[in-house]
Amino acid sequence: MIEHYISLLTKAVFVENILLAYFLGMCSFLAISKKVDTSIGLGLAVIFVLTITSPVNWAIHHYFLEQGALSWAGFPDIDLSFLNFIVFIAVIAAMVQLVEMILDRYSPTLYHNLGIFLPLIAVNCAILGGSLFLVERDYTFFESTVFGFGSGLGWFLAIVSMAAIRYRLRYSNVPVKLRGLGITMLLTGLLSMAFMAFSGIDL
Amino acid sequence: MSFLSKKSQQVLSDPLMNNNPITLQVLGICSALAVTVKMDTAVVMTLAVVAVLSVSNTIIASLRKLIPSKVRIIVQLAIIASLVILTDQILKAFMYDISKQLSVFVGLIITNCIVMGRAEAFAMQNPPWKSFLDGLGNGLGYGMILIIVSFFRELLGSGSIFGFQVVPDSFYAAGYENMGLMVLSPGAFIILGLIVWVQRIVADIEEE
Repeated sequence: MIEHYISLLTKAVFVENILLAYFLGMCSFLAISKKVDTSIGLGLAVIFVLTITSPVNWAIHHYFLEQGALSWAGFPDIDLSFLNFIVFIAVIAAMVQLVEMILDRYSPTLYHNLGIFLPLIAVNCAILGGSLFLVERDYTFFESTVFGFGSGLGWFLAIVSMAAIRYRLRYSNVPVKLRGLGITMLLTGLLSMAFMAFSGIDL
Repeated sequence: MSFLSKKSQQVLSDPLMNNNPITLQVLGICSALAVTVKMDTAVVMTLAVVAVLSVSNTIIASLRKLIPSKVRIIVQLAIIASLVILTDQILKAFMYDISKQLSVFVGLIITNCIVMGRAEAFAMQNPPWKSFLDGLGNGLGYGMILIIVSFFRELLGSGSIFGFQVVPDSFYAAGYENMGLMVLSPGAFIILGLIVWVQRIVADIEEE
């Protein structure tokens, strides 16, 4: 059983990296990856929020929205799954707020380090994407927790390595019109190619 | 176009080239690339985004004086999310196959930065008609890049356009092979990078 979760985790981190294979969370990836320490902060916040929202959204989908999910309340025919999008985004926004308050109370240093990145995460596509994927792929509760954590970790790895590459890039002579977005996209392509070398690994 | 005033025309055409949402404002790349393996998914995605963006801009602009600024983000999100649900249901009802291929990416229009970005930057300060045009223009500017990327990816990756084979069989017989990389995700990044480069040379724009 444990092998199954390890395989799911490696798949989420490396093979099907949420950023490099599914292009989710690109906006903040492009905007924040200029400095290594800020990208570490944002990466940690994404891991944190994805690990929490994935199981919560799984539970809400499974016990309230799925077809037949309300049979415990005596409505076996109701299918509310079209409400997925709006409920998930509300849960994510609420969770981000909650995480912010808890961190502020119990770990002011971490709260301070994450700074403005926490509220921004509510509109990061990677978080909503994670929740939508776990519905589409029919994960169980533990699978979705592992998947959420793995996706967050994968996103963290991608943004930190990109920030490191962009740091080195300052010393290289890039064609003027390619500077900025252009070279970043090309580098992301190379990075994504590197991560694809992991595909085919099956634990 | 003559029924539009000069100013409206500019609002509509600006995002297509001079202020393209993807290549210049760097917004909305999130869901842009995953649907570009085939042209038909890219076109449907473009239509979905244009519809959501122009309608959400119009609604938000008409409500702009009623929305309290403290809760504006959540109000905007609620409007956008309802429109996306509507779009998703319509796609599921009338284009089931394509909606299966688009999978989660229709839902991700909600967190697409363009929609929120235009609502925040334009619709909150401008009247509905102008905001509608702005939404339309930005949606089309976004779609244009999507369709260009998908054109190259499908042509080089599968040798076809809209599912019809365009690379003749004699090429394959002579040893030509489809470029597998284009079907995979790195292809999208590299093509977009090159498009950005070309566009900046053409429009003569420099960053930093």
